[in-house]
Amino acid sequence: MARKLLLTHIDVPGIQAFDVYRQKGGYRAVEKALKTLTPDEVVDEVKKSGLRGRGGAGFPTGMKWSFLAKPEGVPRYLVCNADESEPGTFKDRYLMTHIPHALIEGMIVASYALGANTSYIYVRGEMMPQVRILERAIAEARQAGFLGKNILGVGYDLELYVQPGGGAYICGEETALLESLEGKRGNPRIKPPFPAVSGLYNCPTVVNNVESIAATVPIINDGGEEYAKIGIERSTGTKLISAGGNLNNPGVYEIELGLPVEEFIYSDEYCGGIANGKRLKAVVAGGSSVPILPANLILKTLKGESRLMTYESLADGGFQSGTMLGSGGFIAFDEDQCIVRNTWNFTRFYHHESCGQCSPCREGTGWMEKVLHKIEHGHGSFSDIDLLVDVSKKIEGNTICPLGDAAAWPVASAIRHFRDEFEWHITNGQEAQARNFGLAHYADPLEPVV
Amino acid sequence: MLSVKHNEPVEFAEDLLGKFAEIVARYPEGRQKSALLPVLHEVQAVYGWLSVPAMDRVAAYLGIEPIEVYEVATFYTMFFLRPQGKYALEVCRTGPCCLVGAERIMKHLESRLGVKEGEVTPDGLFSWRGVECLAACGYGPVLQIGPEYTFYENLTEESVDKLIDELKEKAVAIG
Ligand SMILES: Cc1cc2nc3c(=O)[nH]c(=O)nc-3n(C[C@H](O)[C@H](O)[C@H](O)COP(=O)(O)O)c2cc1C
Ligand code: SF4
Ligand code: FES
Repeated sequence: MARKLLLTHIDVPGIQAFDVYRQKGGYRAVEKALKTLTPDEVVDEVKKSGLRGRGGAGFPTGMKWSFLAKPEGVPRYLVCNADESEPGTFKDRYLMTHIPHALIEGMIVASYALGANTSYIYVRGEMMPQVRILERAIAEARQAGFLGKNILGVGYDLELYVQPGGGAYICGEETALLESLEGKRGNPRIKPPFPAVSGLYNCPTVVNNVESIAATVPIINDGGEEYAKIGIERSTGTKLISAGGNLNNPGVYEIELGLPVEEFIYSDEYCGGIANGKRLKAVVAGGSSVPILPANLILKTLKGESRLMTYESLADGGFQSGTMLGSGGFIAFDEDQCIVRNTWNFTRFYHHESCGQCSPCREGTGWMEKVLHKIEHGHGSFSDIDLLVDVSKKIEGNTICPLGDAAAWPVASAIRHFRDEFEWHITNGQEAQARNFGLAHYADPLEPVV
Repeated sequence: MLSVKHNEPVEFAEDLLGKFAEIVARYPEGRQKSALLPVLHEVQAVYGWLSVPAMDRVAAYLGIEPIEVYEVATFYTMFFLRPQGKYALEVCRTGPCCLVGAERIMKHLESRLGVKEGEVTPDGLFSWRGVECLAACGYGPVLQIGPEYTFYENLTEESVDKLIDELKEKAVAIG
């Protein structure tokens, strides 16, 4: 059995409640941090752990914390990013629903490390039930003396609030999130200044994903070095993977980083293989924004090495033949799924969610959506494929925030790896109109890569 | 777009104002605008949608300009700018859910309720629309119903029928 650090007690009845969580060793990290470590020592432990941000970008958490500006007399803020809107990702919802105190405990530890006396958890508005769960957990923690004034008698004060969003994917981008938390439209800010210098209310701010914050609990309990022993290379610790699409056992899994992708998909401990006895066609490994890979390339790298669930291994081959771990939103496509239809769907999503500030993103996503709709519905021409590549290149790197890139990559990678399927839609227009799935284009998962 | 058809004046009840005060207390002095999204959710939970008079009241309460409320209400998809069905069904229409049949569920809703996406049934009970990924992709197809955002997972045509029947009964029971 793989080691679990975040979901250790997920099956304990009543673990949602403070008393049960506490009985299982909960809030020990708060006691240890506040009573035996200075804030800087907590930051050091997180640095030693090698923890990388679990929200998608994978930036080292300890390093981010050490960049936080600390001007005299200016409040600092910790804001938890619980916006979780990247298609394919549903791990934060799972954690907050089932072990809310893991997040609350992490928030206290992290706020202490950063010297924040007011912290916010920004939860996407659709997760109203989770907002209620977290509010209840906060009330329980406060009752037990872990929040409020003079926590554990060490003279540290902390107030924790939950803020619902309004239904906008872009508010997962950290500066858009801060705008939203200030009661404005979710338009990303131009960086610099970075939030570490000027974030919420123009004060130094750290924004971290739910899972990153929860991971600080085992890091403080066992020490950063222990945490770093799990995993491979610069991919340390465990990671929550949201597994969806055509799998026998979709759901949220905590894996040790370094697990082979093939084992994750086919072993009964994890996804249990492809549903309905079908074959694997493609995988989007890290949420809708990362490049899609055909079955052969997700299981093995171009060099023929077994692909592992790590930041490095998934990125092996760059964008030519690799992808990214991203947020850990793992989407499996069976042999009957249409890549063109899915690419159109994702592009529609990005167009819908573009905040509209930058023309390449606002116009480019809409243009790509139209062209993809045309191709999917059997009215495309060959030049449309090149047009898509061209538009996606013009968006990439030319926008204020990474949503533009996130919209461009899925299109570019789908064409790179499944060009024949786009062409099939164009040469078989009539048939494409009649069926909503594509060619059975897949590589036999067991066949070696050429 | 804001609805100009409905401009009956709005007076917020005491308990709603109490909730507003609780929310505003979460932010530093002078930063009460931060309360805007949570306050709009509370208003929508009571009225079912956001009318211009209701938004103007919110602006006055928070000491901000009405336009600051409108620009926010029109940006975020959760805020309804016109009346919805008593039960506003929102089905996830994004890629991962489509791999497991979300498009079929939306077609079924359309024919079962007899109204197109965004429209309200003649009895005022239902409206429906597709929304983007609800962070439940492993349990798709999924739908949610405000204001508490109750969640329904692994939908089939049969489970959707059952849900609609139950909601109808519930509506009769509460009158
Ligand atoms: C369009 C867009 C959407 C994002 N959505 C999320 C999200 O839902 N949750 C999240 O934690 N990070 C999201 N991010 C990443 C955040 O900007 C930020 O990097 C992250 O919250 C930092 O936390 P971490 O270092 O703990 O990962 C998004 C980024 C972009 C560009
Ligand atoms: S890239 Fe798109 S979402 Fe990001 S700021 Fe520009 S228009 Fe807005
Ligand atoms: S795609 Fe439907 S919940 Fe994520």
